Amino acid sequence: MSLPCKEFQALVIGSSAGGVYALSAVLSTLPADFSLPILIVQHMHPHSKSQLASILQKKAQLSIREAEEKERIQPGVVYLAPPNYHLLVELDRHLALSIDERVNYSRPAIDLLFESAVDAYRDKLIGLILTGANSDGAAGLRRIKQAGGYALVQDPQSAEADAMPLAACSATSVDKVLPLHEIGPHLLQLVNHYPRCLNARRSELKHSS
Amino acid sequence: MDDPHNENIELQLLLQAIHLKYGYDFRDYAKASIKRRVLHRLKSSQLPNISALQHSILNDVRCFEQLLLDLSINVTEMFRDPSFYQALRETVIPLLREFPFLKIWHAGCATGEEVYSMAILLKEEGLYSRAQLYATDMNEVVLKQAKDGIFPISRLKQYTENYQKSGGREAFSDYYSAHYEHAVMDKSLKENILFSDHNLATDGVFGEMHLIMCRNVLIYFNRELQNRALGLFADSLCEGGVLCLGSKESIRFSDYSRQFEDIAREEKIYLKKPACYS
Ligand SMILES: C[S@@+](CC[C@H](N)C(=O)[O-])C[C@H]1O[C@@H](n2cnc3c(N)ncnc32)[C@H](O)[C@@H]1O
Repeated sequence: MSLPCKEFQALVIGSSAGGVYALSAVLSTLPADFSLPILIVQHMHPHSKSQLASILQKKAQLSIREAEEKERIQPGVVYLAPPNYHLLVELDRHLALSIDERVNYSRPAIDLLFESAVDAYRDKLIGLILTGANSDGAAGLRRIKQAGGYALVQDPQSAEADAMPLAACSATSVDKVLPLHEIGPHLLQLVNHYPRCLNARRSELKHSS
Repeated sequence: MDDPHNENIELQLLLQAIHLKYGYDFRDYAKASIKRRVLHRLKSSQLPNISALQHSILNDVRCFEQLLLDLSINVTEMFRDPSFYQALRETVIPLLREFPFLKIWHAGCATGEEVYSMAILLKEEGLYSRAQLYATDMNEVVLKQAKDGIFPISRLKQYTENYQKSGGREAFSDYYSAHYEHAVMDKSLKENILFSDHNLATDGVFGEMHLIMCRNVLIYFNRELQNRALGLFADSLCEGGVLCLGSKESIRFSDYSRQFEDIAREEKIYLKKPACYS
């Protein structure tokens, strides 16, 4: 399948059981100059003190931090939903936190992040569902696809818990299902494809005129 | 699906209609959360779009009241964030002891769990008798519940745990009596609490305060409205007064940050500096 010729502007990731390992595996393959902001909901115990950022930072070249409310989203930064808060994206591409009631028994909920990110980024959004033992994120991924974005799911067989990837796959027609270690490289391809296909188009135009 | 851009226009118009007709001002709230709630209401009322909802709230006050409930997020707990209450005991109570009487304002008190927590803490520290507490919210439905001081018994396990983690050493069950499904908070806790309706978006200062708690309210506001509310707090606090925000909220980006200093940075507790230092 050919890659879409599009300038993606954000990546949203949802993960649950087994997610810390999976997130680390994906993030560690992305270079420091990766141009998209990355927004992540990893399900966590609501009263856990969040050490996720420092755990993930160990192997990652990108800068990883816990999201702060009304923070302006910047390219190349990884934002994590804090424990016990929903993470949302405002239309003007700022982050918002909320303590609205749980959705899919979860706060933070993946669906809320994905759905609000679709509003802000429309078809310029990549959604990724990793390992997990519930179905949060499936509805959100469907919204991403409906808006013309790109949907990526971890291969259920390579996932520590397959329920979440399976639910995502049955909720929508996913663009790509990949084993964990191929996800990072594929994301890079997706993002690097745009300048190349743009150049190709330009030279086509030149030749035809 | 309809043009998503139209949806956002319709949402703005709905909020404007609410303001014009009923005076509640949601125009400067963070939109992502509001939009989700409005869409949720659409779905359960089986209305085709936000404009249709606008029409029905304008013409049917019950429909508006329903939406108003949907739009307010009243999730709360007693001794929520135990480490915050611990900091309150350790760093704020000693400061409050210096004042001969205390005025304490809970802005956005929801169903009251927070103000009852404060009442318990003040009793244990021997400060309750000299304190006047004001518990305010814009939502009269939750305010009524707060005044009643009756909470679902199912929540009490969590509250007790929070209380103990926050450094409480009494028997928590002494503060309420259980009636079937409900826990009725001890009457003496509300002797010095005044419950009243106050909207941070439209109302003004109503007294000089020594301590203001406004937790998990500002996250729902945009920067302008946060600024307005923080202005009210700055104007209400006496010198040496204390402001407490929710654990993900901050005065850092507001016009008023220079009037305050951190006294418990992690817990978002701020001291109002004397005027000549700010
Ligand atoms: C999430 S609750 C927080 C309750 C409590 N302070 C806590 O932290 O547990 C937010 C409350 O703020 C109230 N609120 C929202 N906008 C308000 C406004 N403009 N003025 C006053 N109260 C407001 C809501 O009605 C709701 O009860």
